[in-house]
Amino acid sequence: MKAAPFDYVAPDSIEAAVDHLARGGGESVVLAGGQTLMPLLALRMATPSVVVDINRIAELSGVSRLDGATRVGATTRQATILTDPTIAAHAPTLAQAVRNVGHHQTRNRGTVGGSVSLGEPAAELPATALALEAMIETRSPRGTRRIAAGDFYTGPYSTVLEPDELVVALHYPDLPANTLTLVHEVARRPGDFALTGFIGAFTVDGGAISRARISWLAMGPTPMRSPKAEAALVGQRVGQIDLDEIGRLAASETDPMDDGHASADYRRTAGARIFRRAVGQALETR
Amino acid sequence: MSDHKIRLTVDGGPVSKTVEARQTLGEFLRDGCGRTGVHLGCEHGVCGACTVIVDGKAVRSCLMLAVQADGTEVTTAQGLAAPDGTLSPVQQAMMDEHALQCGFCTPGVVMTMTALTAGGARPTEAEIKAAMSGHLCRCTGYQGIMRAARKLAGVNA
Ligand SMILES: Cc1cc2nc3c(=O)[nH]c(=O)nc-3n(C[C@@H](O)[C@H](O)[C@H](O)COP(=O)(O)OP(=O)(O)OC[C@H]3O[C@@H](n4cnc5c(N)ncnc54)[C@H](O)[C@@H]3O)c2cc1C
Ligand code: FES
Ligand code: FES
Repeated sequence: MKAAPFDYVAPDSIEAAVDHLARGGGESVVLAGGQTLMPLLALRMATPSVVVDINRIAELSGVSRLDGATRVGATTRQATILTDPTIAAHAPTLAQAVRNVGHHQTRNRGTVGGSVSLGEPAAELPATALALEAMIETRSPRGTRRIAAGDFYTGPYSTVLEPDELVVALHYPDLPANTLTLVHEVARRPGDFALTGFIGAFTVDGGAISRARISWLAMGPTPMRSPKAEAALVGQRVGQIDLDEIGRLAASETDPMDDGHASADYRRTAGARIFRRAVGQALETR
Repeated sequence: MSDHKIRLTVDGGPVSKTVEARQTLGEFLRDGCGRTGVHLGCEHGVCGACTVIVDGKAVRSCLMLAVQADGTEVTTAQGLAAPDGTLSPVQQAMMDEHALQCGFCTPGVVMTMTALTAGGARPTEAEIKAAMSGHLCRCTGYQGIMRAARKLAGVNA
C-alpha cells in the first residue's frame, strides 16, 4: 500500500460531511472523484488523518435549472456533462470544456466540483467557471455562501475555501442570446494538461460585439480573465476586428510561467495565435 | 486507520472481505481476490493498465479505494472469457489483430474496449481514439489495438 494510513468516512448528508470536516480541524480532506486526490495520497503528497468521501451524498449530484442558471451538483461526474440534455440545451460550453479534461476513464469518476475546488492553473473547468461568471455554492458550519468564480482562486491550488467548507454546487448563469462560446487549448497529447488555452464567450448584436468574456488556462497562477481585451472588443464590427492585436492584448494580460513543459514566451505566443485563429474562424462561420 | 467490511460482486461472484481504508481497488482485486490480471503500472492514474469496469463504467482501479467499491459490480479481464475458455469478442479481436506484445497494458485496453462496445454499441473512430488515449502501450505502437477496436465497432479505416 502506498498511501499513509487514514480513517475513512462516507457520510450520506451534507451536514454530516461538513461536521466531519469541522471536527478534523484541517486534518481531514474531501474525496470526490479521486482523480487528483488518489495520486496525491499514493505519492504521500497528501497525508490526511481522515478522508471524507462525499460520493454517497445523493443531493450533491445532478444537473438542474434554477433562477435562469444551470445548477450542477458538486459530485456530478465529468462524463455526465457530456451526455446530459440540460447541459446540452443551456450550458453547452461546459461540455466543450469537459471534452478536454483527462480521459474517458478519468471522466467516469472525476467530478465537476472536484476540479473547480482543486484550482489547478492548467485545468479547463476553473477557467470555464470564470468565463461563464459562475457562482460557487458552498456549505460550512457557518452556513451557505455563494462565491463568484472571479473571487474564488487565490493561487495555484489555492482558493478562498475554508478547511471545513464544502463546495455544494456550481451555478452557471444563462448567456445572452446570440452568444458564441469557444474552448481551445494546446496540449502535447489529447487528455494531457494544456500548455495554454482559452475560453471565450462573445455576444453579437446587429453585426457588432456587445459583450465579451475571455479567460485563460495555464497562463498564470490561477485562471485569468483579460478585461482590457474584453473591453476593446465591445462595439467592434464582426469582420473588421484586428484579431492579431486583440489576441496579443489578451495574452499580455496574463502571467504565464516558465517550466519544463513550455516557456512563458511560448505560452503567450501560442495563446495569442490560437485566440486569433479560433475566434476568427468562429465569427466568420457564425 | 479504519478497517471496513465490504461486499461486492467481482467477475460475477460475490465477495465479502475486510479492507484497510487506504487500500486501492486495484490492490484489493490483485491481493484480495486473486485478480492478478489487473495490472498496476504507475499507480497514479496515468497509464491505464489497471482499468476495470465498475457498474458498467471503465475506471482506473488505482484511483478508487476498495472501500468505495462496496455494493458495486466489478468486472476484470479475468471475467470476460466464457467458463469453457472461449474468448470474449474483444479478447478475440485483440488476438486476431496482434494487438499485444508484452501484454502489460492489455487487460486495461481490453476493459475500455469492452465498456465502449457493450450492448452492441458502435463507437466512431473519433470516440475510439479518444477512449484509447487513456492507455499507454510501450510495445505495439497502437496500430493493432486500433485495428481490433475498429473491427469490433465495424468502422472501416
Ligand atoms: C491521467 C489524468 C489526466 C488528467 N487530465 C486533466 C486535464 O487535462 N484537465 C483537468 O482539468 N484535469 C485533469 N485531470 C484531473 C481531473 O481528472 C480531476 O477529476 C480533477 O482535477 C479533480 O476532480 P475529482 O472529482 O477527481 O476530485 P478529487 O481528486 O477527489 O479532489 C481534488 C481536490 O479537491 C478537493 N475537493 C473535491 N471536491 C470538493 C468539494 N465538493 N468541496 C471542497 N473540496 C473538494 C479535494 O479535497 C482535493 O483536494 C487528470 C487526471 C488524470 C489522472
Ligand atoms: S496503474 Fe492505474 S493508471 Fe497506471
Ligand atoms: S503490449 Fe506491451 S505495453 Fe502494450
